[in-house]
Amino acid sequence: MQTVLLKATTFFYLAGALLYLYFTFALNERSARLGRMFLLIGVILHGAGFAGRYVVAGYTPVTSLFESLSFFAFAIVGVFLAFELRYNLRVLGAFVAPLAFAFSAFAAFLPGAVRTLPPALNSFWLPVHVMLLFFGNAVFAVAFGAGIMYLLMERELKTKKMGAIFKRLPSLNVLDDINYRCLTIGFPLLTLGIITGSIWANYAWGSYWSWDPKEVWSLVTWLLYAALLHGRVTVGWRGRKAAILAIVGFCAVLFTFLGVNLLLPGLHTYSNLSG
Amino acid sequence: MGQIVIVGLNHRTAPVEVRERLAFPADTVGHALRGLVARTGISEGVILSTCNRVELCVLACEGYRGTESVKEFVSSFHGIPLADISPFLYHHAEEEAVRHLFRVSSSLDSMVLGEPQILGQVKDAYGYACEFKSIGPVLDKFFTKAFSVAKRVRTETRVASNAVSVSYAAVELAKKILGDLSDKTVLLIGAGEMCELAARHLLSAGAKGILVTNRTFERAARLAEEFDGMPVRFDELQSHLKRADIVLSSTGAPHFILKREDVEEVIRIRKNRPMFLIDMAVPRDIDPDANQIDNVYVYDIDDLNNVIETNLEERQREAARAEEIVLAEVEGFRRWLESQQVTPTIVSLRRKYDEMRQAEVAKALSALGAHDPKTRKVVESLAASILNKVLHSPIASLKREADGSNPMEMAAVVREIFDLPLEEPEGAADGGAGSEAVSPEQGGNVGRQ
Repeated sequence: MQTVLLKATTFFYLAGALLYLYFTFALNERSARLGRMFLLIGVILHGAGFAGRYVVAGYTPVTSLFESLSFFAFAIVGVFLAFELRYNLRVLGAFVAPLAFAFSAFAAFLPGAVRTLPPALNSFWLPVHVMLLFFGNAVFAVAFGAGIMYLLMERELKTKKMGAIFKRLPSLNVLDDINYRCLTIGFPLLTLGIITGSIWANYAWGSYWSWDPKEVWSLVTWLLYAALLHGRVTVGWRGRKAAILAIVGFCAVLFTFLGVNLLLPGLHTYSNLSG
Repeated sequence: MGQIVIVGLNHRTAPVEVRERLAFPADTVGHALRGLVARTGISEGVILSTCNRVELCVLACEGYRGTESVKEFVSSFHGIPLADISPFLYHHAEEEAVRHLFRVSSSLDSMVLGEPQILGQVKDAYGYACEFKSIGPVLDKFFTKAFSVAKRVRTETRVASNAVSVSYAAVELAKKILGDLSDKTVLLIGAGEMCELAARHLLSAGAKGILVTNRTFERAARLAEEFDGMPVRFDELQSHLKRADIVLSSTGAPHFILKREDVEEVIRIRKNRPMFLIDMAVPRDIDPDANQIDNVYVYDIDDLNNVIETNLEERQREAARAEEIVLAEVEGFRRWLESQQVTPTIVSLRRKYDEMRQAEVAKALSALGAHDPKTRKVVESLAASILNKVLHSPIASLKREADGSNPMEMAAVVREIFDLPLEEPEGAADGGAGSEAVSPEQGGNVGRQ
């Protein structure tokens, strides 16, 4: 039941993404409102699905690839809705909702059966470590969307050829503001996620840091965002440079999450395509 | 039968020398409205007078030459011979008049297509007519409808979106680059009319403050005072530049005032906070290469003109869609208008009760079982004479009112009291739409589907 629920939300995210895209294309207000409604219902059902799975499985269901991808989609939609509420920025939906749909759809094709928890994961740290990171990554996903929007908008303003994008996207200033806001929320979450992971590693594996591929790539990601944050605060990096770094940073996030799971076996390999 | 007539002139038909002589300033419009509706044959009137157009809209009674009457009024009111003004006047009647007012209110007939002021001016004209009681139920409905058509055009098409003047284009771009302008500072270099206008628009769009500089400090001081801003010495320009988020420049300098290196230095000092540099001077004041610096946007006068041109093209495209909306609404209003006339009202009144009479007579005869011609004749004439007597006074009132001051109001009342259906003149073309009267709104919907 809960597995069906988790997979079914994909349709809500698809509908939400399409409606936001249609809104952006046709500037149809109703479409945006409807899109938000679909995402909202989707995320509520998704939350209920996770709660159900928690009860059935007896542990926080963020261990298999199916569960992780599904949770990532859940976090992205949640974070997006919060940002939309704060900035009333519906166009963002056309850039972020499709991401949530993609992860959710990917998850839907994976086996979703509840499995017994590997003993090493049976810990208080599991939900803390994983949720911090996924919410941090979801915030970075929003920054990624805003970054793409920034580059599109900036190109029109620099080349002075105002087309469809100019009318639809918000000001550069707002997009840059989102970039910074995401960084100040996402970076602490990422940092805490890595620290809690390290503490847990010490309990579970007897060492804080063992240069496992996941750890290495997390570090790379962390360094990228650290550089961006540092550049922003001290040298005044902003605009285009910040947008590009947010995009590169999110690519690193994706590789740390999916690339490492699928390509580079290591200590963290609890989840791959087979479960 | 009453007839809506519009007589007017606009920026296309009359030069400003004529328009200013035929205008009705606010302080004379009450007097004019009273004079207008005092003329025989004119029962309602509204006068719209703006710098680009004068329009007199009246409801003329049946049999009167409304157009001539209004033209004579204009001529006598302003004391100018009719022959001198008639070449500049146009006139529309009935459907054409409806379409004309709908187009005017929707800003489809404006000099700058889609400009927003005209609707407010039409509303003012309607307000005066209400205040001086020169408006009646028909023009009231007509103008109210015109407002809703204008609103529909505005929301359903993009005919009024995007800036079409240089100064507004500058504001629009500033907002897209800098976002909220309320914490942004403008720097005005030199004194050019277009720059000053843009500065004014930026300030009214919320910009926080303005710095003004000029080669002669006195001029800067004077202008700064006018804008409630701060004057800056020209040789200190570079040191004040860092405070400016928006720079408007139009000096007569033969060379660049802001070179790429200057801007690079400023943007470094500003820690990359974006700058929008608007160069309205020819020859140019700002090195166009500065546009290549990150977070710096340089627009010269040609760039702004290109933006406007693109926007105007879009408005033109949208205007075609707006015209379709107007046409559908004209059709809806025409149906309503037709239903309000005296003759069709009498026809449908008679038709309704004739049918009723025939049905009742047939019922009575079959109940009596009478087949002899005499009984038949008595029953039939009884019914006919009662009906004629009952209908006599409403029909008489309608006929009397047909030449009176307000035939449509009477028609509307009779329709309401006797619950008359709206009928197509040529018969039941509408498939016998029942007793549901078609209001202009519903008519509009029909046209839209």
